[in-house]
This record gives sequence, structure tokens and C-alpha cells, in this order.
Amino acid sequence: MSGNADQDAARPARPSRRKLMLYAPLAVAGVGGLGFWAMLRGLGDGSFNPRGVPSALIGKTAPEFSLPGVEGLDLPPLSSPDLLTFDRPIVVNFWASWCVPCIVEHPQLMALHRQGVPVLGINYKDRAPDARNFLTRHGNPFTRLGADFPGRTAIDWGVYGVPESYVLDRRGVIRWRWAGPITPEVMSESIVPLIRSLGRA
Amino acid sequence: MEHAEPGDTDWLVIPELGHFALILAAALAIAQSILPLIGAQRGDARLMGSAPPLALAGLIAVAVAFGALVWSYATNDTTVANVVANSHSAKPMIYKISGTWGNHEGSMVLWVLVLAICAAAVAGFGRDLPSALQARVIAVLGTISLGFLAFILFTSNPFERVWPPPPDGNGLNPLLQDLGLAVHPPLLYAGYVGFSVTFAFAVAALIEGRVDAAWGRWVRPWALGAWSFLTLGIAIGSWWAYYELGWGGYWFWDPVENASLLPWLAGTALLHSAIVVEKREALKIWTVLLALLAFALSLLGTFLVRSGILNSVHSFASDPSRGVFILVLLGIYIAGAFLLFAWRAPAMAPTGVFAPVSREGALVLNNLLLCSITAVVLVGTLYPLFLDLLTGQMISVGPPFFNTATAPLAVPMIAGMAIGPMMPWKRATLWPVLQRLWWAACLALAAFVLTLAFAGWHVLPAFGFACGFWLIGGAAADIADRAGLGRTRLANVLNRARNLPRSAWGAAVAHAGMGVTLLGVAGMGLATEHLASLRAGESTSYAGYEWRLDGVRDVTGPNFTARRATLTLLRDGHVAHVMEPSRRFFPQGRTTTTETSIRTNLVRDLYAVLGEEHEGLAVLRLHVNPLAPWIWLGSFIMALGGALSLSDRRVRVAAPAARRREAEARA
Repeated sequence: MSGNADQDAARPARPSRRKLMLYAPLAVAGVGGLGFWAMLRGLGDGSFNPRGVPSALIGKTAPEFSLPGVEGLDLPPLSSPDLLTFDRPIVVNFWASWCVPCIVEHPQLMALHRQGVPVLGINYKDRAPDARNFLTRHGNPFTRLGADFPGRTAIDWGVYGVPESYVLDRRGVIRWRWAGPITPEVMSESIVPLIRSLGRA
Repeated sequence: MEHAEPGDTDWLVIPELGHFALILAAALAIAQSILPLIGAQRGDARLMGSAPPLALAGLIAVAVAFGALVWSYATNDTTVANVVANSHSAKPMIYKISGTWGNHEGSMVLWVLVLAICAAAVAGFGRDLPSALQARVIAVLGTISLGFLAFILFTSNPFERVWPPPPDGNGLNPLLQDLGLAVHPPLLYAGYVGFSVTFAFAVAALIEGRVDAAWGRWVRPWALGAWSFLTLGIAIGSWWAYYELGWGGYWFWDPVENASLLPWLAGTALLHSAIVVEKREALKIWTVLLALLAFALSLLGTFLVRSGILNSVHSFASDPSRGVFILVLLGIYIAGAFLLFAWRAPAMAPTGVFAPVSREGALVLNNLLLCSITAVVLVGTLYPLFLDLLTGQMISVGPPFFNTATAPLAVPMIAGMAIGPMMPWKRATLWPVLQRLWWAACLALAAFVLTLAFAGWHVLPAFGFACGFWLIGGAAADIADRAGLGRTRLANVLNRARNLPRSAWGAAVAHAGMGVTLLGVAGMGLATEHLASLRAGESTSYAGYEWRLDGVRDVTGPNFTARRATLTLLRDGHVAHVMEPSRRFFPQGRTTTTETSIRTNLVRDLYAVLGEEHEGLAVLRLHVNPLAPWIWLGSFIMALGGALSLSDRRVRVAAPAARRREAEARA
């Protein structure tokens, strides 16, 4: 790039064009700076929030998908029409047996299950024996479980990584998203109140 | 209670002293950024001569402020808001002190301190610099220092008081309570700030409108030093992620990691293009641009991490209003420098001409590839942010993108890393160089084949091993060739090898270090993992060992409680290792951290993580990570190469002295 630039200068090149090239870093920095400024404005008034991960899907119905079940488990598979069959708020949880935070959140999923909230699992890039093992050891909170071995469905949902959970209302509209393990705090401060209010609506 | 009782007031004013020292430093920085610059423009020797003492005075003021802050932390002075927010009397002393820079405000003071040390070093060691250049460099450093001091004083004053003082502090982020992380930020900052000196040299050159070999000679040691520190800093950060996060990985392409990788990549390019300026007086405009870029990326990293616009696993207190301030600073420095660049760069006439196949050509290729990798990492880091801003769509760019996008760029670079150093300057032919590398190529091929034969069908790790051996072999071939191996007697060869310039050794060592790191990375590609949940007394067999869980018990630390598992590793019925992974709970921050247990024999790591416990069953995650320590070992070798090159005679004495003699002869 510049090797050429330096050599060009040795010859009588078109100087005006070369001079314009030298403004390129300034232009790039300027555009970047404006973007950052807009992001900071957005952070201030809440319209831009990379942390809270308000999915683009919030307020929309879940993307279409149809997943097979996990081999060797006596659980029905999961596809998008199933999300509408409950007539009550549901939790969709992406997890994997290789994910340690998933172990952390598992007791909370079990608690939801015991409270009668349908928890639908999507097993992400996992091996069936490992997934079976995991549920045998820690208990099964899932009403239905789909196996997303290639990870396509996770991409359609915009999943950051496992574990990640969504709350859908009875019409299958995504109302809430949480990237990371559901800790007892998240459970008591967000999920339970939300499900209660959605259940009344 | 460690805070002072009313009455013993003799040291109570220390935070105020620190605050005052910061204000004084800011005032000195104003003078430092104006007087020498005017002096250099007018050719006024007295004004230019004010630069070194001002830089020194600035250092003293900042050092006093930093010392005052360390004192407040060490004595756990709970009248200081910053101490309350980040420290606790129960913390071990070393973490009380490292806590000084483990938070936003303190880390900014550390930043300014390192900057002041650099400015004082330019003042002290730069006596042989042309005085106008020195004055301008110190003035630019003063401007940078002023910006950050203003930032500290207006938005993040570490000496703010609280009254009445709470009984004790709120602890530090327990993840940060760790030796690796205590030294990680100072090393990174030394790197970032080192690039501020090359930035200052570049701006001074732009003001002067002149870049020559001497300039290259002055910039290179700073680039080398900054690069070596940054290499160490990144390596220690990655090592920390490896043993503390407990995920078994060492590099996650996390935005915060990328933020430190970006200036490293640009700095690596700068380091190499400065050689061309020094030896051949070519690539001048490009080198100046790289110097600006390396610092711009350092500042960008600071901005991204501090403003909170990045979503990262590395938690850091962030505040958008501070982000605005840093962005304004960034705008002033970077936009100002780029504007100056666009205006003044045409004045710099290149002199060296070279053929595409030559040492210069190889270094240009190195620069192109490194800059492309920088661009890929930058785009991967920023693209999700900008997409979110423009369309509200959230996407995540993860390791798959970075790995697939950087690999095709890294491969030709690795190939060239062995070839380039053996090429002559100006004009070369490729074939003789390749002939001298044939045995490195054989080594690489053998590594590839042997890995496939013994470790199974793992093509990528095998290729990584090949690359690693190619680099190490290439570095050895380079030294052997320079020492004349095969052309003269062995005693002669050894003698010549000893007398090779340190910079040649430095380059070879650094390149070989990169090879060692690649071997480690390739080894990690063969890592295996085993998940077991056991009751006390049960065991699982994995990787040739019988891993027996003896039990899990409660342990109390100074400011945490922990569950600690005792694992006995049996081989053929004999105890081979005892490992104690634990989980710590810090009641202060209500957080849990994992403490992995690692047993290494330098060829492979046994790595155990204690997961959740459930009804008497403990979940254990066990990894075998082949060659993992080599990743960091290689980085240390790289930094060592940088240090070796830095100790070159040419850098130390000859060049400046010769230059001065020349100038005196002319006068």
C-alpha cells in the first residue's frame, strides 16, 4: 500500500488524488467517532443497550423452526407451532451439557417446572448421550426438548451463547430475553413477576 | 477498624495532598504542552530547554498523587470514596495495593503515571535527540497527559471523600483479586503509553515535516519497548482467563481482549516498518501513519472498555458520561493527528527505492498482512455495535468469524516470517533463501505427518504444529546462516554467532517465541474434556488416570468462604497427583469464582474445575490440555526477543553519539 505510495511520489504522480488518499484515515476516524457518539447518546437515553440484549425479536413471534428430539430421551421434540399449544406464558431455554453456567441455572429451571410453568428446551450443539446424562443427573425440567445440533435455530433466534432464555406470552410473542444463567435473583426479580403478569393478561 | 480516629490528623490530609498534586500536574502539563512547542517553532533554545525540567516536575507531581492513592488503599482509609467502593480491610495487603489500579479511577492515575515516566525518559535519555524534536515530542506528551489529567479531575477523581466514613469498604471484584490480574493492567498500560511516545514522535515529525533514518532509530526502541510490555500484558491476561475463568480456554475473542490485541497488531507492524525507515529511509509516510494508528487503537480500546458500549465477559465499571469525555479526547488527539497527517505527509519525500522481492518488500508484505488482520479484528469487534446502532439488530460475532477470517491472513504471514529476515535489502531472489530454509520445511512437514500419525486425524492442530516448527526452524536457520554455518569452521561460527548484533538475535528469538506459542495453540487444539459427577469416594477414569473424589469441604479465606474438592489422581494404584479445585463465594460482592486446579509438567496440563454440587453429587469438569503452558512461554520468549533487540548497541550508544558528532562537525 504505502510502499507504492512512497514509490509513486518518486515519479510525478497525480498529486491531488494522492493528497485525497491521505485524508482517508481522518474520514474513517470521523465516521467511527460519530457512530460512537450516537451510541453514547443512546446509552444515555436507553435506546442503545448492548448489555441488556433486548433482542430484535422482542414483541415478535418466534422464528420458524422444527427440531428433532434428543435421541434416547422420552421427551417430545420441539418445533415453532408447539410454542402456541400451551395457552399460557412459557420459557424457552437454550442449553448444553458442556456449559457450566447451565448447571448453575438448572435448579431455577427445575423450580419453574415445579411451579407448572412450561419450560421448553433447545439443546444446543450437544451430543445426545451427554445431554441424556446431564438430565439424568440434574433432573429434567423440560416439557419438550429439541436438539439443535447444527446451531441453525440458535442463529435464527440470535442467541449469544448458552445458556440463554426467553419468555413468550400465550400468543407466542417473545416478551423477554436473558443471555446468561438464570440466577435466583433473575428468577425472583424478572421471570416470576413477568410470568405472573403475563398470566393475568 | 483501620481508619483513623478523630485526633490523629497527621496523615489524614494525604488524599488532599494527592488531589492537589494532580491539579499541579495538570498545570505543569499545560506549560509542558505550550512552551516547548513555541520554542521549537521559533528556534528559541531557552523555551525548548524548559521541556525536560517540566517533564520531570510533572512526573514528580503525578508520582506523589499515585503514592497518596496507594497510601489510602494500603491503610484502608474509608473516608475516601474510591477506597470504600473497591477495597476491604480483610483483603490481603498485596491486593489492597493492586486494588489501587483495579478500578477505573485508580487505573487512570496509573496510566498518567506511566505516561509521565515515559515523558521523563524522553527528557532524560533524549539528550542526544535534536533539541527541536525532543521539545516537540515532550510537548505532545504533555498534551496527552493534560487530557487525561483533566479527565481524572473532572469525571473520575479518586480522592473524593465520604463523610461519615462507613465502617469498612465494599470489597473488590473478587475475580480481580488475583496475582495475574494485579500485574496485568500495569503491563498493558506500559504498552499503551509506550505507543503514546511513538505517537508523539510521529506528530513531532509531522510538525517538522521531516522523517529520516535518525527518526526511525529513535522511534524503534519505543515501539519495541511498548510492544514487549503489551505482549507480556496480553499473555498474562490470557493466562488469567485460562486459570481463573475455568472454561478451559485461553482466548475468547472477547471485545476486551480484542481491544488489547488491536494496538499489539498495529504495534507489531510499526515495529517492522520502522526498521525500513531506519535502514532504507523508505515507507516513511506509512510508518508515521502506523505510529498514529497504534496509539489511536490503544485509546480506542480504553474508550470501548470504559464507556460501557461493549458487551463483554470481563466486567468493568462503566459510565457513559465518562465515555463522552474519552470520546472528546479521542477526537481531539486522533482527528487532530490525522488532520496534521493529511496536511503534512506530502512534505515527506521518500528516498529509498527497492524491488518487490527484497527485505523491504517482505516487510511491506508483513505490514499489509498485519494491517489486514487488524482490520478484521476491528471490524469483528465493532460491526455488531454499529449494526445495532443502525438497524437495532443484535448479532454476535464470535470465535468462528475471527478464526476463519484471520487464519488465511496469518498463514502467509507465518510463512513469510521465516523467509523475510533472510532476504537481503534492496533486491533479492527468493530461491537461495528457500534453499537455506529447506530443513526448516522438512521439520514442519515431519511435525505435520507425525501429528497425524500419532494424534489421529486432526488436520488443523497438525498444521499448527507445522507452522510452529517452521518458525522455530526458520529462526534457527537465520542465525545459523548469519553465523556462516557450513561455510566456515565451527569455532568460527560460534564466535560469529556471539558477535551477531543483538537486534538479529532479538528478531530470531521473537520469531521463535511466536513459533512456541503456535505449538501451544496447536496443542490446545488436541485438548480433551471429561464431565463427571461423583460422590465422595467415587472415581472416574480419564486420560490414563483414576480420578478419585476424596471429598468436598468448606474452607474459609480472609474475605471469602469456599467449597474445596480434594481429587486424588491414581496411576496403576499409586498416587500421582492431588488436586484441589474450589469454588469461592465472596459475601461482600455476592459473587462466586471458580479456582481451577492445574497440574502441569510443561508438556500437558491436567485441569480440574469444581462445578455445582447437588444432593451429594459434585460435578467435576476435567481437561487435559497438551502444551498449554507453551502459549504463555512463547509470549514471554517473544517479549524477551523484544528486550534483546532493545539492548542492541546501536540503540544504546552508537547511533545518537554518531549523529551528534556529525552535527557538531557540521556546525
